Amino acid sequence: MLLKTPLHAQHIAAGARMVSFGGWDMPIDYSGKGLGVIKEHLAVRSNAGLFDVSHMGEVDIVGPGALAFLQRVTSNDVAKLQDGHAQYSALPMPTGAPVDDIIVYRFNAERYLLVVNASNRAKDVAWLQAQGPTGCDLNDRSDEFALLALQGPKAAAILQGLTPSDLASVGYYKFTTGTLSGLSATLARTGYTGEDGFEIMVPSADAPALWDALMSAGAGHGLVPAGLGARDTLRLEAKMCLYGNDIDETTTLVEAGLGWIVCVEPHKGDFNGRAILAEQRANGPARKLVGFEMKERGIARHGYPVLVAGSPVSVVTSGSMAPFLEKNIGLAYVPAANAAVGSPLGIEIRGASVLAEIVKTPFYKRAR
Amino acid sequence: MTNDLRYTKDHEWVRLTDRTGRIGITDHAQQQLGDVVFVELPKVGDAVTSGGRFGTVESVKAVSELFSPVTGKVTAVNDELQKKPESVNADPYGSAWMIEVQVKDPAEVSALMSAEEYDAFVKSGH
Repeated sequence: MLLKTPLHAQHIAAGARMVSFGGWDMPIDYSGKGLGVIKEHLAVRSNAGLFDVSHMGEVDIVGPGALAFLQRVTSNDVAKLQDGHAQYSALPMPTGAPVDDIIVYRFNAERYLLVVNASNRAKDVAWLQAQGPTGCDLNDRSDEFALLALQGPKAAAILQGLTPSDLASVGYYKFTTGTLSGLSATLARTGYTGEDGFEIMVPSADAPALWDALMSAGAGHGLVPAGLGARDTLRLEAKMCLYGNDIDETTTLVEAGLGWIVCVEPHKGDFNGRAILAEQRANGPARKLVGFEMKERGIARHGYPVLVAGSPVSVVTSGSMAPFLEKNIGLAYVPAANAAVGSPLGIEIRGASVLAEIVKTPFYKRAR
Repeated sequence: MTNDLRYTKDHEWVRLTDRTGRIGITDHAQQQLGDVVFVELPKVGDAVTSGGRFGTVESVKAVSELFSPVTGKVTAVNDELQKKPESVNADPYGSAWMIEVQVKDPAEVSALMSAEEYDAFVKSGH
């Protein structure tokens, strides 16, 4: 049985093509009403798109020991956060590889919220419990909340029309709680598309009314509903990692290029994987996640073999046609010695080696 | 769907004119794929066999093999699809035909599904 988000009826009405994703029945695109992955992707780059990401999990960490516990189980420096700040982070294992990548929100000194990947929710909660939270309680509140992502250059203008909160004062990776179309909501300036935008958390029961209000408010701004297909191509152009593809329990954070969410300063104290991650950051990892662009005809796909000088070294972790860049791009782990920008790679497509080249990432970066 | 075509269970169509079979994918197939961004086809002179792979069509999210409805030799290839793969979505029965084959045995074509049969096949959840 597939789980349904509170917005299931909205998706069907908007012409969604539904697919199974991590146990959820989710919209891949809205091609039934004339949209599709490419149109939705381009709308987010030029105007705005509205995504249902309610399948993601929300875990509350509450109590005087919350900060100390989070410093011990996450990779980034939680002490940097003030009230209303959010932070990209991970739950590392002793090997330096992530159980999950997460966003940590600080509501106050004794209340933090972790947003976790849908398919990892049960695993994360079990992992966190096993780490022995002291001085704080851990509550999986995923079923109470819906999460919507309004992304694109017009996102702020659309949202500002529906809320008395001053969004200009909500910077990147900051959040505020207020009312949105009369409903109480948490508005965070975060996203997974490489564009400006907000992720909006509301009680599940309010989600359908909010979806409708946002779609109406965005009608004059070119807002479209956008599915998981566009979400994946947008995040790939921005070289944001997808758990289960680009990062998993076998890839360290430093290998994945996520050394910037690893804090090894003394004040953070020890945490899972600290020794390995500190060593890899100092001396460089043996392999690195790189971005590549196809130089010959062909589209790299997840799982296709990657060749260096004709010999297989790994497989493609993510690969797609990039709708905005109009190139075929992908990500893969390669030995550090072969990871320089400009180096050639072979991607094995249906038995033939097709030429690719390592390029600078992110593939796409918005003008600020 | 078009009445003078015959259809396969793999969602290809073939239109037979004399001994030439023109082949493409169905409207249902393009809908299931989503935005088509890549088409790989054989060369003129290549042999194709009924039920055998003759190429690949890819959307942004999916890779799908193309299977020939008939046995024979490829006599024409629609090279336009390299430049305009999106026409597979826009006009699957017209400008987005894929290959033409000199058909060895026209009986292979009449053994395929009619428009009504294919319609029922799709509606039964295939």
